[in-house]
Amino acid sequence: MRSVVIVGASLAGFSAAQALRRRGFDGKLALVGDEPHLPYQRPPLSKQFLAGAWDRARIDLRIADGLQLEWLRDARAGALDLSRREVALADNRRLQFDGLVIATGARARKPRWHEEMDGVFTLRTIDDALALKAHVAAHTRKVAIVGAGFIGSETAATLRKLGCAVTLIDVDRLPMLRVLGETLGGVCLRLHQAHGVRTRFGVAVKALLGAAAVEGVELEDGTLIEADCVVVGVGVTPNVEWLADSGLRIDDGVACDASCAALGAENVAAAGDVASWLHPRYGRIRIEHWDNAIAQGDAAAQTLLAAPGKAPAYAPVPFFWSDQYDCKLQLIGLPRPGDALRVVEGSLDAPRFVAVFERDARTTAAFLFNSMHRVAAWRQSIESDAAGLVQGAVA
Amino acid sequence: MKVVVNFDVCMGNAQCMLAAPEVFEVREDGFLYVLQEAPPEALRAKVENAARLCPTQAITIEK
Repeated sequence: MRSVVIVGASLAGFSAAQALRRRGFDGKLALVGDEPHLPYQRPPLSKQFLAGAWDRARIDLRIADGLQLEWLRDARAGALDLSRREVALADNRRLQFDGLVIATGARARKPRWHEEMDGVFTLRTIDDALALKAHVAAHTRKVAIVGAGFIGSETAATLRKLGCAVTLIDVDRLPMLRVLGETLGGVCLRLHQAHGVRTRFGVAVKALLGAAAVEGVELEDGTLIEADCVVVGVGVTPNVEWLADSGLRIDDGVACDASCAALGAENVAAAGDVASWLHPRYGRIRIEHWDNAIAQGDAAAQTLLAAPGKAPAYAPVPFFWSDQYDCKLQLIGLPRPGDALRVVEGSLDAPRFVAVFERDARTTAAFLFNSMHRVAAWRQSIESDAAGLVQGAVA
Repeated sequence: MKVVVNFDVCMGNAQCMLAAPEVFEVREDGFLYVLQEAPPEALRAKVENAARLCPTQAITIEK
């Protein structure tokens, strides 16, 4: 392999670039990113950066020296031609490759009632964060946040701390319900309420109110929530449109095998938010978390450099953290609906606790609330149970 | 090899402790403790992995 093109210059793409060099690839390496900015960390955008505690320099992504790459910024990939092994950029430049890493990430999803008007924001990029921050500083008093997943919950916490009146809205009955389930969703709900956030759960948004500038949110039950700022955090859509005519299989992202190699192509791998791969333990899955972008970038690099058929399976135990108010929420593993929840350290109303998800006498996931010191121990336990699951499946 | 942690940005996510428990420990108080500031070369790969995985890039390796 003499040349590799990486499309997507955020965490997964950069991680792939660094891993290729670390693993001895000394050919031509091009990195294509559609943002004009130097790469940055996304997790602080809804937290320290939005709060003003951390500045731009502090969230720059640290990049190893000596990567020797051709870095195309502000460059958007327009199409992939696998027969010519070529990426066409939107400005018609063409990049030839032997190996390709697809790391184009995802973008904030905009529901059908979404309208572009002054005071309406999504939060995915640094430009999004800067715009929201400026709006809040200039004139926001009342914020409505639609979506109580990671982005919505963290943004609610940050803006509440900045003194805004915050209403948190979700069509689900509880915050973080889809990732954490009923009981822990209840813990999250009480956390918001204890900090003076108004909550409207189990009701969908009907429309945004206002003309040039947003004035509020209308809910399906007829309620009007007054707001001069609306943040929409209802999930993301993988950026795969540029691959539409490529022949690659798309299935909630770029469909990959267990080693992150794209199905239907030679020497093409995917990593990060855009990659939907066949996890040996969990089946087809796409993970949008920080440590996965790093580890999967490495896995993609490894797969490109491996001899045919020799690429190892990528089988991480998923991990995420979320900072809300002064609390640290961490989840190790992947609970599935129907897993039983058991509190194993502390209690649900204590300042810190650990709860585990269980199925068939195995621990599928551990949720740590202000219990960072227990991460290593619980990760080990989940990993050994997950390994047991794979063996069980094989036997 | 010398391990330097910027404690101003450390958020205690314990990713480093997962990667290199010989060197990093997050204790009950939620703070990170560096167990060996000059770990042996044998731990280099682990420590480098810890630095890479740190979500706030608080860990630097000198020399």
